[in-house]
Amino acid sequence: MLGIAGAGGIGPFMWLVPGLAFASFFVVLFGGRRMPDRGHWTGIVAAGAGLLLSLWGFAGLATGAEAVHRSWTWFQFPGISVGFGMTYDFLAGIMFIVVTTVSLMAQIYSTAYMRDEPRYTWFYAALSLFTGSMLLLVLADNLVQLFLGWELVGLCSYFLIGHFWESSENSSAAIKAFITTRIGDVGLLFGTFVLFIGAHTFDIAALNRAAAAGHIGQGVLTAGALLLFLGAIGKSAQFPLHVWLPDAMAGPSPVSALIHAATMVVAGVYLVARMFLVFRAAHAALDVVSIIAAITMLIAAAAALVQDDIKRVLAYSTVSQIGYMMAAMGVGAYSASIFHLFTHAFFKALLFLGAGSLIHATGSNYMSDMGGLRTRMPHTFWTFLVGAAALAGIFPLAGFFSKDEIVGEALRAASSGRQITAWIVFASAVVSALLTALYVTKLCVRVFYGEYRGSTILHESPRGMTGPLWALTAATLGAGFLGLPVVGVFRHWINIPGEAAPGFSTLYNLVLPLGSLVVALAGVWVGWQVWARGRFVLEVKGTKLAPLYTFVAHKYYLDDLYLNVIVRPIQYEAARGAYSWLDRRVIDGLVEGSAHITGRVGGALRILQSGHLQRYLALLFAVLVVVAGVVMN
Amino acid sequence: MSNSLLTLAVFLPLAGAAVVAALPSTAGHFAVRVGCAFALVALVSGVVAGAGFDYSAAGTPQLVVDARWIPAIDVHFHLGVDGVSLPLLELSLLVSALCFVYLQWRLPEPGRPKALVALLLLLETGMNGTFVALDLILFFVFWETVLIPMYFIIGLWGGVDRRHAAIKFFLYTFFGSAFMLLSFLAIYFTAGTFDITRLTAHAPAGFGGVLGDVVFLGLFLGFAVKVPLWPLHTWLPDAHTEAPTVGSVLLAAVMLKMGAYGFIRIAFPVLPQAAHDFAPVIAVLAVIAILYGALCCLAQTDLKRLIAFSSVGHMGFIMLGIATMTEIGVNGAVFGMVAHGLITGMLFFVAGSLHERYHTRSIPELGALLSQAPRLGSVLTFTAIASLGLPGLAGFWGELLSLLGAYSPGPGLNVVLYRVLMAGGGIGIILTAGYFLWTLQRVTLGRPSERNAALVITDVHALEWGAWAPLVGLIVVAGVWPGLVLGSTVGAVHQLLAGIAQ
Repeated sequence: MLGIAGAGGIGPFMWLVPGLAFASFFVVLFGGRRMPDRGHWTGIVAAGAGLLLSLWGFAGLATGAEAVHRSWTWFQFPGISVGFGMTYDFLAGIMFIVVTTVSLMAQIYSTAYMRDEPRYTWFYAALSLFTGSMLLLVLADNLVQLFLGWELVGLCSYFLIGHFWESSENSSAAIKAFITTRIGDVGLLFGTFVLFIGAHTFDIAALNRAAAAGHIGQGVLTAGALLLFLGAIGKSAQFPLHVWLPDAMAGPSPVSALIHAATMVVAGVYLVARMFLVFRAAHAALDVVSIIAAITMLIAAAAALVQDDIKRVLAYSTVSQIGYMMAAMGVGAYSASIFHLFTHAFFKALLFLGAGSLIHATGSNYMSDMGGLRTRMPHTFWTFLVGAAALAGIFPLAGFFSKDEIVGEALRAASSGRQITAWIVFASAVVSALLTALYVTKLCVRVFYGEYRGSTILHESPRGMTGPLWALTAATLGAGFLGLPVVGVFRHWINIPGEAAPGFSTLYNLVLPLGSLVVALAGVWVGWQVWARGRFVLEVKGTKLAPLYTFVAHKYYLDDLYLNVIVRPIQYEAARGAYSWLDRRVIDGLVEGSAHITGRVGGALRILQSGHLQRYLALLFAVLVVVAGVVMN
Repeated sequence: MSNSLLTLAVFLPLAGAAVVAALPSTAGHFAVRVGCAFALVALVSGVVAGAGFDYSAAGTPQLVVDARWIPAIDVHFHLGVDGVSLPLLELSLLVSALCFVYLQWRLPEPGRPKALVALLLLLETGMNGTFVALDLILFFVFWETVLIPMYFIIGLWGGVDRRHAAIKFFLYTFFGSAFMLLSFLAIYFTAGTFDITRLTAHAPAGFGGVLGDVVFLGLFLGFAVKVPLWPLHTWLPDAHTEAPTVGSVLLAAVMLKMGAYGFIRIAFPVLPQAAHDFAPVIAVLAVIAILYGALCCLAQTDLKRLIAFSSVGHMGFIMLGIATMTEIGVNGAVFGMVAHGLITGMLFFVAGSLHERYHTRSIPELGALLSQAPRLGSVLTFTAIASLGLPGLAGFWGELLSLLGAYSPGPGLNVVLYRVLMAGGGIGIILTAGYFLWTLQRVTLGRPSERNAALVITDVHALEWGAWAPLVGLIVVAGVWPGLVLGSTVGAVHQLLAGIAQ
């Protein structure tokens, strides 16, 4: 213990956290089914211990312990050296807390939620594997190791989305998620190549240093950063690769909370944060990030407004909120971005687990089968309400401070005249904030108010589920205060590497937050009037808005476009063309044809077809004799 | 003593074949056990050889045996292992032994274990010998030795269309090796030796211009058919599909590697100038193979044929690595060869076991394997995931290094072309994931059909575990610790490329 209390605190031992999770994976996978609890305690204890270690480690950092960098050689030979190491700093520390907290909550929750579901033990094994892989990704000190974690979390996501694989709808959603993100992953891989060949290292810190010092050419930087960002677009469900996330809701709710809200889907934001100096040194890259993010937050927020499936509302909401985080990175609001990542993890996990509780009780995913649940499910209601208010950005909840900072920083960047893109981000963020308040209000009203429209006998969920809801509610309430203007410490912990935190300014830290609060409250008020009071009936049929509504309701036709223009033609037409026509008819036709002719001419085929070993050996021998004869002469 | 290890590893199976052939025809399954014993002892001698291998001098052949064989034309019985041949020799020894373990669980129709075992052992000698021969004629003899047993294994123990597949396999390869032999002779007459070490230490003079290209073309035909490189691949789907399980396993895991090994060991080092001319062509064909293989996989309804086409794609990554003419790419290629051997060997084992249970290879007729035989389904899932190149498993490193090599190819090669090819390989990675996951969905997921629900599906048998556990274990170990293979190959590849660069 004394040793641990030395220079780096517990920091150098943080590999224990993923280590515990991986150990838990193997224990549960191979021994879980023989355990009386079917394995869940192993996972819970590993995640719980991981959370304690993460808090301990973070406390160390906050009280002045040095960030930890360690690296060992994985393999090397002339021209290449791949390391395996760890970087434990504030950024990693925050991620550790997020991952272990939400993992722990999701696992406790699942003891009740998944109790009667098939493959319970495997489910827990996969959750542990996911937790370990995500932490491995976070801890990586080089891009190859990051890629390892990146792919492993993708695999776990695939397994867990398709957990109920009896239905092909679920397994198809899993495949869609894996393939769509893999498009991005290839970008990440190639971006890694570009930077490696440009700077001769995979080391993340070294790449950032080299980029900041101008040692890497502008072309390499831009190509590298954009390719890395392609990976982020896939993993973090940004336009135009966001289409997998709504379908990924086929997975059980705790999976949606852990993987598809709080951790894996924000890996793209984490990647941009880790490589921030590379992105910033390549100016075009951050502009691209901003534009993509601005589009994403807006279209996803609009899509959330027209969904009836409660989990899909939350999924689009997640896409939109990650858009905020990305946009913040794009305008240089590094601290605000990670702060939003941090608070969003808690309140969105809370909302997904709440949605799971609702689905558990009503037996339906659809808001049209709910209504009036406020009194029947009070724990779910109150906790959900806190999460919803946080998402909508209502003071004094988490989302208020974090989203608000993003809007503020976008305006700061825009008004400093540096980036036109910052104006776009600002406008998009304001409009999206309004849309967010609208869909959140609609969600709450449709689920909790009015008359119950379903047919099941309602009951509040068991304590195994409400417990984590309350815990996440507490986290949501608490997290926001870390980012308070003036007294908030978050920005001192996490900021653009090597730069001081931005100071207080009346405009950005006082006026603007009030303005954005007004926007959010306006959204809530309009939403309440529309869905609770029936004041303004939003009848779009027959109006000029009808085509727009159809466009949004059909998910901008992106799924149809991808399916009919890319996937199906490759899967069927191109595949059949390659095989049936080119391979069988043309290439093999030529081969078989020429063999046929040869056979007729030489009669060789008849000898070969006889099937006697002796003849073949004789033939071989004859060939050798001829060869030897030729050689001798 | 240690110098006889290689001879043992190569010829013990041949001795085993003789012993098995001498058994009475009533020996039955005893023959399988005898064969297994010989293959295991050969494996042990190979492992001992590997343990005693000096990895710091991986570039020079070790455990050398060199005796004059046909003095008139200076042909030597010359064996030796360096860091490139060692992992392939071990792979061949291991997979052969595992095939005998598997045979103890199931013999393919129509039985006749004595003949099958003898042929498999003869085949093993040919494969092992190919990887350690250091004389062109000796190499050729081993190379051709492989052909005949495999012809019979396909033709006698294969599926419905076995005869056609066997003849096609034979003629195709024979056609290729005829040109290869002519090139060997041309090398001899120009350079005055068949000795591979002498030929590669200093690339022989006199192969500038057209002669070098023509000789290289001959070697190319011989090796490319074996790889197989698009468009010389069409024997492969037929042979793989019709061959019995152990035949498919050995074909995929070991025999395809002989072609790629030929490029690395002979074609590139002996004819560096011609190799340089041909490398872009090979690279283009390799990437076509990657994309084409993936597309053909999407069109398959036969599980074994699908795995066969997946091999075309994976061997494309390997050939791309070689064609980059960089240390990164060639190391990636050798790593990819070992990984493909482990993974695709495993895939064919599982496909065979599925056929034993469901009596069909048709993907639409299979389904819900995970609900009927969860362990078998899990093994198939694991192997497919490994095959699509997941980091942490063996399939990843070869593809990574091949593509990285292509991003920055060797001196004098067209960077733009290779980068375009790298992008093509990237698309191949996505398509590969696509067809494997789609296959898993159709084979392992869903609810059992009426037909399948009526079958009694047993889960993995102990002997199946015996044959598979080493492969599964090595897939993980090579993925987590790539040094297992690279520790051996790096020095040898360095040496080979240094020779080429001169």
